[in-house]
Amino acid sequence: MEIFFQQIINGLVQGSVYALVALGYTMVYGILGLINFAHGEVVMIGAMVALAALQALLAAAIAPVLAVLLSLMAAVAVCMALGYGIERIAYRPLRNAPRLAPLITAIGVSIVLQNLAMMIWGREYHSFTLPFTNDSHHLGGAVMNDVQIVIVIVALLIMAGLMWLVHHTRTGRAMRAVAENPAAATLMGVDINRVISVTFMLGSALAAIAGFMVSANYGIVHYYMGFMLGLKAFTAAVLGGIGNLRGAMVGGVLLGLIESLGAGYIGDLTGGFLGSHYQDVFAFFVLIAVLVFRPSGLLGEKLAERA
Amino acid sequence: MANTLLEVLDLKVSYGGIQALKGISLTIAQGELVTLIGSNGAGKTTTLKALAGLLHPTSGKLHYQEQSLLHIPAHQRVANGISLVPEGRGIFARLTVEENLLMGAYVRSDRAETAADLERQYALFPRLAERRTQLAGTLSGGEQQMVAMARALMSHPTLLMLDEPSMGLAPLMVEKIFETIRDISVQGVTILLVEQNAKLALEAAQRGYVLESGAITLSGAASELLGSDAVQRAYLGA
Repeated sequence: MEIFFQQIINGLVQGSVYALVALGYTMVYGILGLINFAHGEVVMIGAMVALAALQALLAAAIAPVLAVLLSLMAAVAVCMALGYGIERIAYRPLRNAPRLAPLITAIGVSIVLQNLAMMIWGREYHSFTLPFTNDSHHLGGAVMNDVQIVIVIVALLIMAGLMWLVHHTRTGRAMRAVAENPAAATLMGVDINRVISVTFMLGSALAAIAGFMVSANYGIVHYYMGFMLGLKAFTAAVLGGIGNLRGAMVGGVLLGLIESLGAGYIGDLTGGFLGSHYQDVFAFFVLIAVLVFRPSGLLGEKLAERA
Repeated sequence: MANTLLEVLDLKVSYGGIQALKGISLTIAQGELVTLIGSNGAGKTTTLKALAGLLHPTSGKLHYQEQSLLHIPAHQRVANGISLVPEGRGIFARLTVEENLLMGAYVRSDRAETAADLERQYALFPRLAERRTQLAGTLSGGEQQMVAMARALMSHPTLLMLDEPSMGLAPLMVEKIFETIRDISVQGVTILLVEQNAKLALEAAQRGYVLESGAITLSGAASELLGSDAVQRAYLGA
């Protein structure tokens, strides 16, 4: 039973991160019908920038709390600019191209960003340690530390904020209108390009925060970290129903839980034949199962036939 | 003509090699209700889309309030007072009725005025007031047409363009929609009405243009067109 609670906690923490990243995939898909496969790399850039900024600020003897907040803000700012730039340079010229072209471009952008990060920060793992003690708390046999508590709370607040923005502001209304009918939105006076830019920037800001969270939780950053994380968050978005914001959140948390419970019990279930390092298998098992049995995802609407 | 609001000169539009408009010219004066009639594929919708900025003409001139529209993108034309209710209505099915109307006021920044405008639309279309929190996609065709018109009015248009407002509606609803069009016109909004139902359109309008395969073949006072043999034969089934 202790393992169960522990895995639930781990799953919630990891699921919160997946949810934030999945929101970026789903927002862009909702508006452009594009899977932005470079999104995972934006998470990685966020983590790298946060680490670089944190080290520089601490070296300059800035107070730890302030340094953490400033480095997070730096990561968010850089990622927003990056998200804006990616859309502007790589996707906008292909707005009316066949769907395969932007998809391949997305993979290209992802490779470019990975290599760029490798050139700047090298191939080695960097340790990411926060400048405060990270106390552990015992909750009925399971352990949850400060960082994990903060991750879950911050993720919840951000998701609530995003839902409020999308459903109760003029910009959010315009985003939903553009997602549904871009031509009609134009007739209302909405500058579609501006809405698309805002969407990319919002998604990238969430990616930066997720990058910071995942680095703080695992204590490690690496130029390749965005690949697997991105793929799993994409799976989470598909699980919830791609294009659906609530779906991305539910899918993210659910995938985190499935993965961590799976990893916790796979040893027992297979009599020790498979170990917890098979954790990644679960995400892709889920992806395949969803695509086969419910392609529209848990909360998704039926997919319209596209010509 | 006094107070010309819109002047179109020799407008040509092509899609992928096919010339949909072969050089049409028309004028609309401030406050007029003008109709553009013609059969399917004559280029009526193309004309409206070009005026709204959704299509780019290959040549020709578009003057609105004595300024060229050609280089003004579609989304800015709304702020200049040009509003199109597109064919098929283009409502946002997953937004509520009220959110649809608020989208109509997207270019307006005055919140108090927008709230007053909302109430005005609800007074004009009481049915929408009852359904303000309902998703627009769940409404009937006639109600959706009301949403589309009310939404366009929310932008305070100077020139309101309506593309086939009667399409797919029950006769009673068509009557109601046309009544509303006349009301809007009486309030001083200039209207360009595209219709397949030529009789209804000519009865409502002051002037009309007949469009055939991308060219204007007839124009004049609506009452004259209504009585002309050519229109009678081609569009009124006489």
